[in-house]
Amino acid sequence: MHQAQIAIFAALLSLEFTGLATAADPAASGLPPIEPYCHWEQTDLMIVEPLCGLKGDAKRGRAIATDGNRGNCVACHNMPFGDVEGYGTIGPSLAGIGGRYPEGYIRLRVVDTKSFNPASIMPGYYRDPGKIHRPAKIFKGRTFLTAQEVEDVIGFLMTMK
Amino acid sequence: MSIKALMISGLLSASLAQAVMAEQLSGYAFIKDDTRAMQDDDFANPGLIAVATGAELFKTASRSGGKTCADCHGEAGEKLVPQRIATYPVYDSDNKRIISLQSRITACRTRVADDTLPVNHPDLIALETFVRNRARDVPVNVNTEGTEIKALLKRGEELYNTRYGLIDMSCHICHTVYAGQYVRGQKISQGQTNGFPAYRLGPGEMANLNLRITQCMDLMRAEPFPSDSEEMKLLEYYLSARSNGLPIETPAVRY
Repeated sequence: MHQAQIAIFAALLSLEFTGLATAADPAASGLPPIEPYCHWEQTDLMIVEPLCGLKGDAKRGRAIATDGNRGNCVACHNMPFGDVEGYGTIGPSLAGIGGRYPEGYIRLRVVDTKSFNPASIMPGYYRDPGKIHRPAKIFKGRTFLTAQEVEDVIGFLMTMK
Repeated sequence: MSIKALMISGLLSASLAQAVMAEQLSGYAFIKDDTRAMQDDDFANPGLIAVATGAELFKTASRSGGKTCADCHGEAGEKLVPQRIATYPVYDSDNKRIISLQSRITACRTRVADDTLPVNHPDLIALETFVRNRARDVPVNVNTEGTEIKALLKRGEELYNTRYGLIDMSCHICHTVYAGQYVRGQKISQGQTNGFPAYRLGPGEMANLNLRITQCMDLMRAEPFPSDSEEMKLLEYYLSARSNGLPIETPAVRY
């Protein structure tokens, strides 16, 4: 084998093993480019500041909450809406949630409930990707929702009063 | 109630849920009434198509023109022993490896007929379904005795308890703690294996246990264990042993 061929072969091998071949090629996965992770601060079981200083859009947030491939809140929670069938019963009902809790309290629970309750079943929708065990290659380095999507969902939840 | 009091009550209810050891129930107990009716009727159960396909393949000579399964095991597999089928996966202590029913069929076909189907190939799942169906109603009976087997069951249980993927859930959280609860209108089962290979209504195809575990991990947005990996075999073994005593339902109908 020529030196060049060996080099190409080795490069392909390393791509194969690190999963970069898929993760680094968003077009192949159909996913948008990976955004830098915005670090957040928790105080008294709340995240008071919006993620990356973004502003949420309640209308988009509602769509994300019911989308089976995005927030999918309804998989586990009763929201309740008239036009959704088959709510889950795992989490508590979110009826009137925006009137019951402060925004910062809700934000921490959407972002990373396990940061204060390791036994929780609730997925962290904006968990530090470094804490995820064995993510699928195409999701490596990603959060479940983007910071904007999280803020949209929170914006929507705050309208549920 | 203060935020901290709410948190404490949340933690308490989680630990209570974990403390309740539920009665061992087949996935049959968690499916909807019409799905149960579909499974019970051999003319309506789509899994019977895989049984029929498997029965044909069982009698068909391989591509290389070698022996058929039926040459040794009988036209309808009547020389296969249902009680032995119910012991799969088995542990081969001489070679220190776990052999699933699928890998047993593959090994046999490779040795006798020089014909190897890829792991989880629909034809191979059909053969597995046909063979497992020979043991319908026989209780699952995976060996759990001996130091070596106990050690691998422990490793399987550790994998069962590990969280994976962006959803960050373990098998244990859903199939032990929250079994019986609804996720988007479907009841979560205990993850029992006695119905597999089963026809899945969601994807509309047969899945053996190996494929079902992969599909579960995909749903968790986790990187699935490769089909022939040690981890996959340990999970298959542990899950199957966990179903000991439940009657084989293959082909079950599941969501």
